[in-house]
Amino acid sequence: MKRDPLKPKGGFYYYMQSTSGVVGAILLLFMVIVSICAVFGWLPHDPLEQNVEFAMKGPSSNFWFGTDEFGRDIFSRSLDGMRRSLTVSVSAVSIAATIGVTLGILSGYLGRWFDQLIVRLSDVIFAFPAILLALAIVSTLGNSWYQTALAIAVVYTPIFIRVARGPVLTVKEMDYVKVTRILGFSSLRILRKHILPNVTAPIVVQVALSLSWAILTESGLSFLGLGTQPPNASLGLMVSEAQPIAAFAWWALFFPSAFITIVVVGLNLVGDGLRDALDPARRSS
Amino acid sequence: MSNPLLSVSGLGISTVQDPRTLVNSVTFEIMPGEAVGVVGESGSGKTLTALSILGLLPRGVAIAGGSIIFNGTDLTKADPETMRNLRGSDISMVYQDPMTALNPVMKLGRQLLEVIESHEKLDDGSVARVEAVLREVGIPQVERAMESYPHEFSGGMRQRVMIAMALLLTPKLLIADEPTTALDVTIQQQILALVSEQRRKREMSMLWITHDLGVVANLVDRLIVMYAGNIVESGTVEEIFTNPQHPYTHGLLSSLPSRTDKSRKRLTSIPGVPQKPWLVGNTCAFAPRCFKATSECTASAPKLVGTLEKSVACFHPMGDK
Amino acid sequence: MSFGERTSRILLSTPVLRIGSVLSTLFGISIFVFLVLRVIPGDSIIGAFGIETGVLTPEQIDQLKIYYGIDKSLPMQYLSWMQSFLTGNMGYSYSTGISIASLTAKALPVTIELALIGTILGVIMGIAVGTFSARKPGSIRDFAGQLFGLMALAVPGFVLSTTIVTIMANKFHYFPNGYEFVRLWEDPWMNLQQMMFPGLVLGIAVAAPVMRTTRSALLETVDKDFVRTAIGKGVNSRKVQTRHILRNSLIPIVTMTGIQFGYLLGGAVIVENIFSLPGMGRQVLYAITKREYATVQSSVMVFAILFIAINVITDLIYRKIDPRIKK
Repeated sequence: MKRDPLKPKGGFYYYMQSTSGVVGAILLLFMVIVSICAVFGWLPHDPLEQNVEFAMKGPSSNFWFGTDEFGRDIFSRSLDGMRRSLTVSVSAVSIAATIGVTLGILSGYLGRWFDQLIVRLSDVIFAFPAILLALAIVSTLGNSWYQTALAIAVVYTPIFIRVARGPVLTVKEMDYVKVTRILGFSSLRILRKHILPNVTAPIVVQVALSLSWAILTESGLSFLGLGTQPPNASLGLMVSEAQPIAAFAWWALFFPSAFITIVVVGLNLVGDGLRDALDPARRSS
Repeated sequence: MSNPLLSVSGLGISTVQDPRTLVNSVTFEIMPGEAVGVVGESGSGKTLTALSILGLLPRGVAIAGGSIIFNGTDLTKADPETMRNLRGSDISMVYQDPMTALNPVMKLGRQLLEVIESHEKLDDGSVARVEAVLREVGIPQVERAMESYPHEFSGGMRQRVMIAMALLLTPKLLIADEPTTALDVTIQQQILALVSEQRRKREMSMLWITHDLGVVANLVDRLIVMYAGNIVESGTVEEIFTNPQHPYTHGLLSSLPSRTDKSRKRLTSIPGVPQKPWLVGNTCAFAPRCFKATSECTASAPKLVGTLEKSVACFHPMGDK
Repeated sequence: MSFGERTSRILLSTPVLRIGSVLSTLFGISIFVFLVLRVIPGDSIIGAFGIETGVLTPEQIDQLKIYYGIDKSLPMQYLSWMQSFLTGNMGYSYSTGISIASLTAKALPVTIELALIGTILGVIMGIAVGTFSARKPGSIRDFAGQLFGLMALAVPGFVLSTTIVTIMANKFHYFPNGYEFVRLWEDPWMNLQQMMFPGLVLGIAVAAPVMRTTRSALLETVDKDFVRTAIGKGVNSRKVQTRHILRNSLIPIVTMTGIQFGYLLGGAVIVENIFSLPGMGRQVLYAITKREYATVQSSVMVFAILFIAINVITDLIYRKIDPRIKK
């Protein structure tokens, strides 16, 4: 299909130009596929199944990532743990983004006391280190997966408020928007045609970055014992369980850690790729 | 006839990656004590020519050929330490935008003393030397100025400081890249007068870059006109103003508003837009906009012929019928 | 100038505005902490209060009652808490009977020392790698530097810590944190050894964004006009690097470091736990598992105050470095 040379190239095309972005996308895709396998139970072994006779054995053809001290298959548990981490993180960031962007746009657009209130509220939340706040909230709410997701969502909502509010403030001051307001265009239309296009790009990038932070926070929480509870598998929990046996069974520490690292790297690269693709200035970091 | 202070031969400048010619071939000389002006539109290559003398070309742009001989040394082949020694002491430069040309977090006094520090030893007399030059360029309250930061001064004052910095070690050659373009007209006049006076006092050679012919008339001895990376005409100020040979020069002069002309005619302008140097093949770069152009002009590129007093690169100079 | 003009000038003058802003943020934080940590588990707190206060003396129980604002309405509970907190009554720990204020006084210096060491290490590493990368953008060294930054970000602190513990304790048999913790003034050398590994882990987390900021600040500054002026004056390249390029790149680096400090405090929670450092992080964690609500509430409040304090200090440093900002 011949490309019309006059039509501007889309973000997708530019995204493909960035090697790191493509690599990131591949890594991310891999992890998503892995999680989907876990969701449907397409795993070589049951993550909870204990095979004591095979305990603490290294990677083999039967147990690709080896086994832990209870003889559980680390490969299956890693996939299951990845699924859990992604579920919690995606839920958390979806909530945070939805609420944050809405508040941010409203705040920037309406201005005055509402804006001040929202900004002060964000500053209050920003004053807490992420893990600490998530910890504190989880301690009062409970640690089922949706409560954890909610706690993480609270922590990461302010950044979306800030990211959405910025462009709104800038665009609001632009002459061409002032003119449309004078001409009596409805606020909804102004929002849709002028503000939304400017806000979408930074938000998309922020979603990728926040997902990577959320995964780190979630695994940090389960490492500390405040997320997923044993015997269920969660990447952070697996690292914690691996602590006492790591000297004799490096695979118990290595593979869950690698999974976390890969997905975080993937998300960061995707975020960078998106930033380069969607930024009109086309600057690379 | 004495030896030229600066002799530029066949200087070419282009981009490094995916090479494009920015300056095709520039040849000129500056004698000791002589002031030469370079006139041209944006994109003519005049600023790059000036920057290349001190090796200050921006990232991604480099000298592609030719030589720059200063006092017997070819600057295009000189090692970094030789260049460093020259800069600020034998050859100095004043830049176009005074707002960005000074370090915002360093006191002015320190920035000035840096010039001395880079070439000689700083001693008790250094501060007095700097203050003396500041007074010469017309900075009021010199002691306070030394302790001030650039953002506390206006554009005109900052430019004076830049000039003071350039004159501090009495260079043999002062290069000025449109130092008045960013300033108000009244301030412009002050700066021009200041530079003129300093040059005569110190018997410096000067290379003055500008896009404004009007500015340069009382300032320099000879004039070089550049277009699309080439020199199209050069000669004494008198010759160029009274008898311009190249149609482009003629056009530039005609577009100057005249104080004496009360006829209220429309100002003439040269039709078309300035040519990009890298798109010029083996033709006269000005031909597309030239009212005297013939097929000869697109068949090959004209060469610069003539003397120091007057030379032109054109197949149909104005004197021709 | 009229009286009204003069008053608004004073009120809106920068120091007054900033202090007011800081105070209102602190106020907001206290309300937030109260709502999140007290309102939701409200009933369990009251419940636990009755049962688990066996260790405390009657006076301590009274103090704790005031701290929690027992039998008061919700807004009064908040005021009661605020009043207690500001007068030094941070409540009492159920299990040990020690006042939380004194526990905090012991734990806070540990966390601050750790945070400082982490920040210093992180800034040094970050600036070093960032400068290394920026020298030749797009080259192999740049790629290596950026890879380091990415890894430092993506490998979680707890993974790095666990790896260090495993390798050092089991393979090299060198693990200063296995011994009882010593304070800086008791035995500086041992203390620093105990701070070394956790400080390194935190430092690496800080180094990643500092490296990124350093690199982009340097690359941006290098193209600035005043750098060209400096070269054109004949300044030697080392002085151009330090006085002109680095000095002007500091501002974004300082800003980024200040931002990172908040994350550092969070990382401290995990790292103190793994390396057995008796700091605020471990205190909070322990309190959460033991359902010591008063400790959690007071400690979280202290963390937030610390973070705000760092912000203010960063702001002051910022003003010192950049002469363009009016004091």
